[in-house]
This record gives sequence, C-alpha cells and structure tokens, in this order.
Amino acid sequence: MSDARDPGLQPERTRLAWRRTTLACTVAAVLAVKTALAGGGSATGVVACALCAALWLGFLLLAQSRIRTLAAPRPAALTPRAAGAAALCTIALAVCAAALVI
Amino acid sequence: MRGFSRLPRSVRLWFVPREIREEGTTPDYRFSLANERTFLAWLRTALALIGGGFAVDQFLPDLRWGWRVGLALALLTTGVLCSLRAVNHWVRVERAMRRGEDLPVSRFPALLAVVVAVVAVAMAVVVLLGWES
Repeated sequence: MSDARDPGLQPERTRLAWRRTTLACTVAAVLAVKTALAGGGSATGVVACALCAALWLGFLLLAQSRIRTLAAPRPAALTPRAAGAAALCTIALAVCAAALVI
Repeated sequence: MRGFSRLPRSVRLWFVPREIREEGTTPDYRFSLANERTFLAWLRTALALIGGGFAVDQFLPDLRWGWRVGLALALLTTGVLCSLRAVNHWVRVERAMRRGEDLPVSRFPALLAVVVAVVAVAMAVVVLLGWES
C-alpha cells in the first residue's frame, strides 16, 4: 500500500472530523457573539465579540492547514503544537464566555 | 485522577513536541489519524459544553442570577477540563503507540458523564420548580 489510497478512507474521515469540529466552533462563536452583543453593544461586549471572532478565525486557519496536510498520500501525524493550539482556542472561548456571563 | 499525577511530563510534551518523535517508532499513520479523530471528538464535546454555557445564559433569562451564572460556569468549567483532557489524552495515546505500550485507561469519561447528569438534573429541577426571580 505504498501510494494507494487507504481503503478505510482514514484521511478523508479525519478531514471531515476537522470540518465537524470547525462547525461546532462556529456554533459556539455565534452564541458568544449573541451573548456579547445582547447588552446593546457596550465596550466590553464589542471587545469580547472581536476576541471570539479572532479565536474562531484562528481555529478555522488551524483546521485549514491541517486539512491541507491530510491531502498527502500518507499524511504525517498531527503535531502537538497544532493540538495544543486547537485546545487553547477552545479554552480561550470558554474564558471569554465566563467573562461575559459574570 | 491517575492522569493528573503524570501531568507535568505530558504538559512538557505539548511545548517540546520534538521529544515525542524521539521515542519509539512511528506507528502506522492510520492509528495516528484515529487518535486525532478521537481528540477532535473530545474537542467537539468541549465546544458543545461551552455552547451550552452560553445557551443557559442566553435562553434562561428569567432564572435567578445565582442559578443562571452557576449553571453556566459549571458547563464552561467542564468544557475547559474536557479540552485540557483531550490534548493530554492525545499526547499520552500517541506516546503509548510509539513505545508499543498498552493504551492509557482513563476515568474521565465516567466523571464527565456524572457531571453532565448532575448539571442536567439541576437544570431540570430549577426550570420546573420555577425558581425564578
């Protein structure tokens, strides 16, 4: 199975998993923006809104670059840095949420 | 928790990624991809919990402040723990595969299930009994 495609379609499944996760991130970011702007657009709300948008964009770019790597016939494993960055985006979103809720 | 006693070593691996490549042999790429998908599934769980935290804050506006913030923070904290655990477990599984060891076992799924059940019951009780302001 040198250059043959994996019959289990593992890279494709992984690509779709990244897409699903990006979608979940989008939903969380939309809810964050709704919460941030619910107060009528205060300064804190606008800053939180921008931060959440930036985090979402960061996650999107991360997913995009990983999906590009997955196009190789035998893709390399995910790097710990990318995994850590993806988790960090999620955690930062939660911190934003906590700041908005309180 | 067993995983947490090994945390310092795992945390070091997040920031010194080269170390993980020096251990053992590279496993079949399909195993690494499966591990990656599991990591992403946990990340989605974390994102769903965070979304739930936002939803509690947004869609239960009649709830008393303490309950609303308490439930939202419980969900958000669980989301943070979930994503930390996702990356930690991913590193541990990757390392075990490189060394040819058994995959690490974890108590986290059971704990998460209990926490989600408790939050769900609390939410149902609070909403049904109408502890509103």
